[in-house]
Parts: sequence; C-alpha cells; structure tokens
Amino acid sequence: MTFMKSLLGAAAASALMAGAAAAEPAMIYDLGGKFDKSFNEAAFGGAERWAKETGESFREIELQSEAQREQALRRFAEAGSNPIVMAGFAFADALGQVAADYPDTKFVIIDMVVDAPNVRSVVFNENEGSYLVGMLAAMASKTDTVGFVGGMDIPLIRKFACGYAEGVLAVKPEAKVIANMTGTTPAAWNDPVKGSELTKAQISQGADVVYAAAGGTGVGVLQTAADENILSIGVDSNQNYLHPGKVLTSMLKRVDNAVYDAFKDGPEMETGFQVMGVANGGVGYALDDYNAPLVSDEMKAAVDAAAAKIASGELKVHDYMADDSCPVLSF
Amino acid sequence: MDFLTLIQIFDSTIRLSTPLLLACLAGLFSERAGVYDIGLEGKMLMAAFFSAAVAAVTGSVWLGLLAGIAASMVLAGLHGVAAITFRGNQLISGVAINFLAAGLTVLIAQDWFQQGGRTPSLMGGGRFTPLSLPLAETLAPVPVIGPIYAELLSGHSILVYLAFLAVPASWWVLNRTRFGLRLRAVGENPAAVDTAGVSVVGLRFAAVAICGLLCGIAGAYLATALQAGFVKDMTAGRGFIALAALIFAKWRPWHAMWACLLFGFLQAVALRYQNLDIGGLVIPVQVMDALPYILTVVILAGFVGKAIPPRAGGEPYVKER
Repeated sequence: MTFMKSLLGAAAASALMAGAAAAEPAMIYDLGGKFDKSFNEAAFGGAERWAKETGESFREIELQSEAQREQALRRFAEAGSNPIVMAGFAFADALGQVAADYPDTKFVIIDMVVDAPNVRSVVFNENEGSYLVGMLAAMASKTDTVGFVGGMDIPLIRKFACGYAEGVLAVKPEAKVIANMTGTTPAAWNDPVKGSELTKAQISQGADVVYAAAGGTGVGVLQTAADENILSIGVDSNQNYLHPGKVLTSMLKRVDNAVYDAFKDGPEMETGFQVMGVANGGVGYALDDYNAPLVSDEMKAAVDAAAAKIASGELKVHDYMADDSCPVLSF
Repeated sequence: MDFLTLIQIFDSTIRLSTPLLLACLAGLFSERAGVYDIGLEGKMLMAAFFSAAVAAVTGSVWLGLLAGIAASMVLAGLHGVAAITFRGNQLISGVAINFLAAGLTVLIAQDWFQQGGRTPSLMGGGRFTPLSLPLAETLAPVPVIGPIYAELLSGHSILVYLAFLAVPASWWVLNRTRFGLRLRAVGENPAAVDTAGVSVVGLRFAAVAICGLLCGIAGAYLATALQAGFVKDMTAGRGFIALAALIFAKWRPWHAMWACLLFGFLQAVALRYQNLDIGGLVIPVQVMDALPYILTVVILAGFVGKAIPPRAGGEPYVKER
C-alpha cells in the first residue's frame, strides 16, 4: 500500500513537473463551442493569432457540460498552464472557488468580474458599440423606425438595447425604436423561428433596420431581414458576410483582442479590472467589402466622430447594468 | 389594434401553428394506438437537421424533406423497438430520443459543415418558397375579403396547406376507416384486438411510423420553410407544446387543430406585443408564454371538461398465454 502510494506520488510529481516545464497558456471555451461563429470563435481567433505570431502553442478545451467548469480550471492550473483564459460570464462561480487555491497562476475571465488578486476581469462596453451601430441604423433607415431583437431578457442584453436606442435617437430624435426580447429562458438564444416572427412583426410596424443581439436566434433575424429586403445588424463577430449587401454592419466585440492581450502579457500580466470600450478598440462596428455600398462616407464620418467623442470621454453612453434602467427605452 | 394588424397576427399564427399542428397530429396517432411519445421534440429536431443538411448539399428541398422524414422515421422506429417490441418504458425511451437528437444533430453538423453545429444557409431551390394561391393578386384590393385571402390564406409554403389538410385526413382515417377503428381499439383494449386476430404489434408500429412521418414534415418545415438552415436546438420546446395541445384537444384531430391555432395565436400575440395592455391592465409577455401550459394544467385538473387518455396508453402489450 505504501509502495503504491509513493509510486502514485512520484507519478503525480513528475506529471506536475512536466506540466510546469511547459507553462503554456490555456484557453477554455464555453458551452457554445469553439466554432459558434460568434463569441467563442472570436476567442479562438485571438489565441490562434498569438500562436501564429509567437510560434508557440497553447492548450484548449471545449466544455461539454456545466460540471466541467471547475474540473477544467483545476486540471489546467495543476498542469502548470499560465495564464488560463476563460470565455464567458458563466465561469464566475467556478473561478471564485478555484482562484485562491492557485495563487501563482493568473486567470483571465471575459464578460464577468471576479475579485481575486490573481484574476484579470475583462468586460466590454457593449453599450458603446451598440450606440455606434444605432447611429448607422438611424441614418440608413428611410421609415425612421428601427428594430432591436434581443435573445434572453437579461441585463446584459438590455445594455445592448439601451445603447442602441440612444445611438438611434442621437441621430433622429423623433425616430421610433421597437425593442423585443425573444424569451426569458436559455432557449431564447437558439430559436431562429421566433427571431423571424419578431422581425416580421417589427417590419409590419414599419421597421427597416433590425439589430439582432440574440445568439443563434439572430440567424433567423438576419435571414428574414434579407428575405424581406430590409437591413439587419449582426453582433459580436463580423456577420456582414452572411447576407452580402443586406447586413448594414455588425457590432464587433473584440474578444479576440482580449485573449490575444492576455496571452501576450503572459504570467507576468497585470490583474484586476479591464474595460474594453471604444477607446481601446474593444468594441466597434464592422466595415468590409460586403457592406461598403451600404455605408456612405457621411455616415462613416458621423459615426467615427461619435466614436472619437466616446473615446475621449466627451460623450457618455448610458450603461443599463449600472442602474438597471434606461432613460430612452422602456422594457 | 386595427384590421391590418389583426391580419398580420393571424398570419403569424398560421406560421407558428403549423409545426405544432404536425407534431400534435403525430402524437395523436401514436398515443391513440397506446404508445406515449414525448420524443416528438427529438424527432422534429433530427428531421430539421437532416432536411437542412441534405437540402444544403443537394440543393433540392424535396430531397431534404425526404431525408428529414427518413431521419424522423428512424427515430420513431427506435422508439417502436424499445417500447413495443421490448416493452420498455415509453416515457424513458422518449426522453432518450430527445437527448439523442439534441446531441447527435450538433455532432454531425459540426463534422459535416464545421460551422458550430449549424448547416450552411440554404439558397434558391434549397428552400420551400411561399405559394401564391390563384387570384390572390386580383382579389387583394377587395375590402375585408381581399386582405384575408391575399395576406392570411395565400403566401404560405406548401407544407402549411399540407398540415391543415392533414387534419380532415386524420379525422377520416381514425373515424371512418377499418384501420383507424383498429388503431383506436389498440389504444383502448389491445387484448380485444388481439382476440379478433389482428396484430397489435403491427398496428402500433404503423401508428409510430405515421408519427415519424408527420414529425419529419414538421422538422423540415422549421428548417427549410420557416428558416433557411438548421441551428442547434431550433425546435425550442415546440414538441412539448404540441404534447400540451394534444392533451388540451383530448386526443381528437379537429380539436387538435383549434388547440394548436390557439397556442400559435398566443405566441404570435406575445411576439407582437411585449406587454399587452388591456384596459389599463398590463399583462407581461411571460404570462402569454406560459398560458399554453397553464391551460393544459387546467384541462388536466378537470376544471374544463375531462381529459381522458386512451386507456391502454403507456402500457406495453403482453400477449396472453
């Protein structure tokens, strides 16, 4: 028995040392999966960019169930990975429990704040990015009515909606913003049929630009907008290519930059609270060949001017999550 | 709420009711034959994926429809083997099918298309296009009747008309044919059917196959007519709402149609008005979403009539020796 124990101990020690010697950074994707065309794929893109530039490698895992969160964190930490980056607010609880056990490992959580000395919490000012695309929507709209389709009705999505509405009203104070949420359960992230119906309902109320911040539901929104010959706005990743000439722009959330920065800073990184906004290129709007004919020079100039004002702090976009209310939109 | 808004809401009702109706009729055949089926959701999901995948690869929506039906019928056959041949618990088999479909669709989609569990967007011939009924254009300017005909009745995909035609067809099959009589008998008293020399197992398999066929059409409608491709978990609980509608309709075809239209109407209203304001009383959208289930519980509790399921439902048939 004792022999067995020491044997196992030796094996464990050597495994630990082998891991520590590598000290590769690690990336943990959330349940949506690495190739979700959106949030997780952006994280993967950032990690890949780092790997290509440095020629080094990183470890990664795609979670299959809720139960794996803590397990994956501990496995990577014990194998000596440093830093460990996780994409998604859902990691907060698991990280809160794990972080203190590995004081020498640096953790990075995206979209959520975890207060621990060895954790960097990266949050995005989605309201600022939404403000910019809201301006574009208002300028592109001929009916002065624009729509918003949210996924699950949570404060984060209301933050998108509120910033969007402010942007619209900044350009056209008399414009109408129709904001709808798909549902109140996680099924609302993957219900393109409801997304379609919401879009059709908004079109019949006069909307001619619709902004989808709804995960998989957004696929239905963008599709219906293209079918009905109106414009739509994508979210998180650049979704302009999905329906060329029909997607006005996409609200970009540069998760890839957050991951890239974390990997580049390595184990010596600064921890604490990091806000990714318009000022540091964390959020923005997408402009490429697919939507170039839709965005005129005046539109671009107006939006870029607003972006500069936001970056300098001259223009403040309301953050719904700060006080759980929106001055321009009632839910 | 003006007339045109009402038309738009009813139009949306028809689109949202169609998958419910097909799944509800599917469950009706299966349960009238004594095989409970809570795997409607899984079968629809599987059919949605395979119809979209095959339509995306071949560019033909009709091949997609066939593939969707085939996939759904394979799952139905699995349910049949587990529940009829091996006399397993029908509820557990149904749950297993739901899980199987949820996992398998994403897995295969990722393997085939590498788009995060989606299929590519369907183009052109890969989708069911809206069907214009004859004279829709001509009649459109006529007041009242015009919009009803041109907006509400015309302009749906062929599967919608098929679904609503399936209602009288189901009624006729169940109530006016020898096969239907036997099928209902097998759900009430299989021993009597067996005594008469008719195969209980054969009839139940036939019912389960019809269930697979209808679920297949429902799934294909979601992925290739309402949408242009498959997204993971895109059925979003419609199989369960269909089950609720089935109980609400007390296992009868015409009532099933009205129940599905009612549930579809509630969804359409919830989507149109986030918070419904009726004479100063504000009804939050969550109430509308929950209403189908609340109504079903009310029916089950026996407040409005009584829902009596087929007597032999859920029980595997064991031949007397």
